[in-house]
Amino acid sequence: MGSYHLGRHLKILEFALSSMLRRRTKNLGLVLVFAALVFLLSSIVFLTGALRTEALATLEASPQLLVQRAMAGRHALIPLDYGELIARLPGVGSVTPRYWGYYYDIYTGANYTLLGIGDQGLESPGSTPLRLVEGSFIMPGQRRVCLIGEGVARVRGTRIGGMVSLRDARGWMQEYEVIGLFASPSRLLTNDLILLPEADLKAHFGMPDDRATDLMVEVYNPHEVDNISRKILERLPDARPISHAEIQRTYETLFNWRGGLLLAMFLGAMAAFMILAWDKATGLSADERREIGILKAIGWETSDILELKLWEGAALALVAFLAGVTAGYAHVQRFGSELLMPVLEGWSTLFPAIDLAPQLDPYALGVLFSLTVVPYIVATVVPSWKAAITDPDRVMRAS
Amino acid sequence: MKYHILFGLLSAELGLLATLHLQSAPSAERLQSELADKRALVSKLGLTDLALWTEARYTRHPSQADRFAAFQDFPSSIEHFPAGSIIAPPEPLRMPVEAGSAPSRHRAP
Repeated sequence: MGSYHLGRHLKILEFALSSMLRRRTKNLGLVLVFAALVFLLSSIVFLTGALRTEALATLEASPQLLVQRAMAGRHALIPLDYGELIARLPGVGSVTPRYWGYYYDIYTGANYTLLGIGDQGLESPGSTPLRLVEGSFIMPGQRRVCLIGEGVARVRGTRIGGMVSLRDARGWMQEYEVIGLFASPSRLLTNDLILLPEADLKAHFGMPDDRATDLMVEVYNPHEVDNISRKILERLPDARPISHAEIQRTYETLFNWRGGLLLAMFLGAMAAFMILAWDKATGLSADERREIGILKAIGWETSDILELKLWEGAALALVAFLAGVTAGYAHVQRFGSELLMPVLEGWSTLFPAIDLAPQLDPYALGVLFSLTVVPYIVATVVPSWKAAITDPDRVMRAS
Repeated sequence: MKYHILFGLLSAELGLLATLHLQSAPSAERLQSELADKRALVSKLGLTDLALWTEARYTRHPSQADRFAAFQDFPSSIEHFPAGSIIAPPEPLRMPVEAGSAPSRHRAP
């Protein structure tokens, strides 16, 4: 009995495929359009998923709490006195000033991020040597040296042993010897980075001795970060605490395929797909109507015709969906998302090459499946059902 | 039998996807092994953001920017960097704001 039913379903499937082959040009066109849309959507999903995973995993080690100072609605240098006040709050461990800023290089048109590292940071207890540094790291007391990211090395055409010259706040050119390079695997973090000894950085930007860019606050109990932030704001109303959780949330939002321009691209592709499905749903061709009429006239049940159309829709949608997803995966994994890069790069002169392993996220694939395959099958079956419940004679005459 | 061709085609597509996924496993393992090194770098240098878009302060360091950063240059100036359109507005902007309930991070000085 079971094999009879299976055989019957397979025969209907066989008939559906024969019927599709008779309209092979139209169906091939549908497969290509369907697959192209799924390719675009899945590329976005794979790329943003990989970037989000990378950002959240690496920035897991970012500071627990940063305190900046805002003045006239802008970020301003923070007095070191603030650090002493914050350090006296219960639950706060160390408070370390950070010195950093931006540098626009008129020769290359690129913006660099300049970061200073003090002797305190270099000698932090328990710190292991950084494996993502080629060459050597800055030693305590060392001056006029720097470590640079891969992007800076590329646009400046320099390597270890070369020099990087930067115009300082007084307009004088200062030269720094490149003693190390941040290795390629770290380029998503360090591509535009120039690491200088803290004293050199302060002199370069002309920073007052009693100010820092912001403060890095260690909180003993991570659950207390919000409380400490509140206490800091009570005592220092012009402070602006940024917690680790907020940094993570920023990247959750940033690489969410349901937000921003990627959403616009996503919606555009979905709209195109819906038009395709709508076109399919609003009417059958004369040939298809005649076929349904003949099948009914020779004794096919309505349920058989629905199954036939279900198989037609499912075969086309599954072939196209899998082709689109496979191409999207290969696009991100093998070809570095080249088609999406012009959108993603924007005006960034130093955009790093992205080498990420996309993940087959069942949730995202499920959403993609239910937004493409399911509506397409419904759009195939509904008009056929309408035709199948009509008198065969009327259907054939109408066509 | 045409359905054999269909099942063969679907199996081939699934096989190709599985092969691509398996091929990315060494690269995923390498990325995983580099993760500890990257975290050490982030921790040592106190990094907060990915170095993706370097054209403006708020695109280089989205986590450090004020929510009005794109409009800092002069009042009511419009967004002018393409990367700014990729970055979705922060969550609080999309929620109805009750009187006196500004999020702490963006509280006016």
